[in-house]
Amino acid sequence: MDFALDSGNTAWLLMSTALVLFMTPGLAFFYGGMVRGKNVLAMLMQNIFAMGILAVLWAVVVFSLAFGNSGDGGFIGNFDYLLLKNVGIGGSPEGFFEFLTIPFILFCAYQMTFAIITPALITGATADRLKFAGYATFIAVWLVLVYGPVAHMVFAGGWIATMGALDFAGGTVVHINAGAAALAVILVVGKRKGYPHAPMTPHNLPFTVLGTGILWFGWAGFNAGSALAADGIAAQALINTILAPAAAMLGWLLVEKIKHGYATTLGAASGAVAGLVAITPCAGFVGGMSPIYIGFGAGVICYLALGIKSKFRFDDSLDVIAVHLVGGLFGSIVLGLFADEAINAVVVNPGLFLGGGTELLKDQIVASLVTLVYAFTVSYIIAKVIQATIGLRATDEQQDVGLDQSLHAETAYSN
Amino acid sequence: MKLITAVIKPFKLDDVKEALKAAGINGMTVTEVQGFGRQSGHTEVYRGAEYTVEFVPKVKIELLVDDSRSDDIVAALSKAARTEKIGDGKIWIVDVSDVMRIRTGERGSDAV
Repeated sequence: MDFALDSGNTAWLLMSTALVLFMTPGLAFFYGGMVRGKNVLAMLMQNIFAMGILAVLWAVVVFSLAFGNSGDGGFIGNFDYLLLKNVGIGGSPEGFFEFLTIPFILFCAYQMTFAIITPALITGATADRLKFAGYATFIAVWLVLVYGPVAHMVFAGGWIATMGALDFAGGTVVHINAGAAALAVILVVGKRKGYPHAPMTPHNLPFTVLGTGILWFGWAGFNAGSALAADGIAAQALINTILAPAAAMLGWLLVEKIKHGYATTLGAASGAVAGLVAITPCAGFVGGMSPIYIGFGAGVICYLALGIKSKFRFDDSLDVIAVHLVGGLFGSIVLGLFADEAINAVVVNPGLFLGGGTELLKDQIVASLVTLVYAFTVSYIIAKVIQATIGLRATDEQQDVGLDQSLHAETAYSN
Repeated sequence: MKLITAVIKPFKLDDVKEALKAAGINGMTVTEVQGFGRQSGHTEVYRGAEYTVEFVPKVKIELLVDDSRSDDIVAALSKAARTEKIGDGKIWIVDVSDVMRIRTGERGSDAV
């Protein structure tokens, strides 16, 4: 098939790539504000460094592992695009992505920005206690062994997509994947020194609110860009990306106010992010008031999920499990209730609430659980091996001094 | 000479400074400090977890005055700092054996 470049679609994906790339520094500030002042640079560094190592790794090999052999219904790609071979300014060289009207190199760049932010999401759970070399090794190996295969199974016409499950922009690939990895790593690396007895309150919530704004802004590219075109589905995804976090903020604050008597700034920010997570798999598949129901539900559920960590006694420092794992599971599974064939023709089996049967709901649950189990298991093994070899946990003394000074020879604040 | 030290509520600093200037003091040293007294701390809530913050932010003021001015200054200071609510702080006064102005080398009352 001849490649017909569409300048409108290409312009939107160029823009979306920049938007999604901006989310990673946004995430850095979202997390950075929540840690203690002696660890803020270490948090910013983990995120900014993800942009460094993962972009290179993506171009060298992981794009090929994720998107090679697309449409095979399989588990992992191949080496056809190793070192960006066959990835050019023209169209897709193979059948599955022939519908694309953007340069294949742009598709590669756009997907690269997803591969950068996904491992970076883990850093919130492991905050204030990772050794830098161990972290760097972990995200590199994780991108190859976990992100590549899961992206292939879901986004590249692999096993999960062929099985019938839907994921518009990464409920499984990004959020369940990173959330399950976060759980695995914190089980290996243990709690922060002093947790939960010593108070570890956020040092700069204005950073967190700033980061929330950047994330929300960038998420327009994440979700609406995932239409891979500047069309009606992109427009639907965009409004859903505004409505769901808005409703989630309301849901989170409502529960918080009832349970603790205050509506907090951190609650508003966290609720919005929970809504963004939950709408991600659904963005281009649902319409009408569905994003409001999904968002509100995510705000309430993710707030209640904050209690998981104290119940099971692990230290998920910045609540990546409550927000990304639970939010990702919630969004991915309720897509089986709200998916609307009138919004997107890709929806073969509409959701239960739109007259479809339980077929899609079952597929969504299977896809979610497969991602969860695979990501958790492999992440746990990678973390264990790194812990036993180069080390993953910063020493107690390094944690006492603060990671900024002890790992990076810097301090954020002069006084 | 006396050293007057006062720990007050931070938002009262401007009122206290104006009252002390009106009472004729020439200088003061201000430090941001933390502590607790009968007011104890307060509670903060982050994502549903409640934390008791025991050390409350306060401002510490230090000034050197002549013996004869001490009572007036303490009266002006306490009046300006008082809200009559818990946590207004404390003032204490100690004798100072000598003072030097570094620039000129003046000693004693001349240096105050």
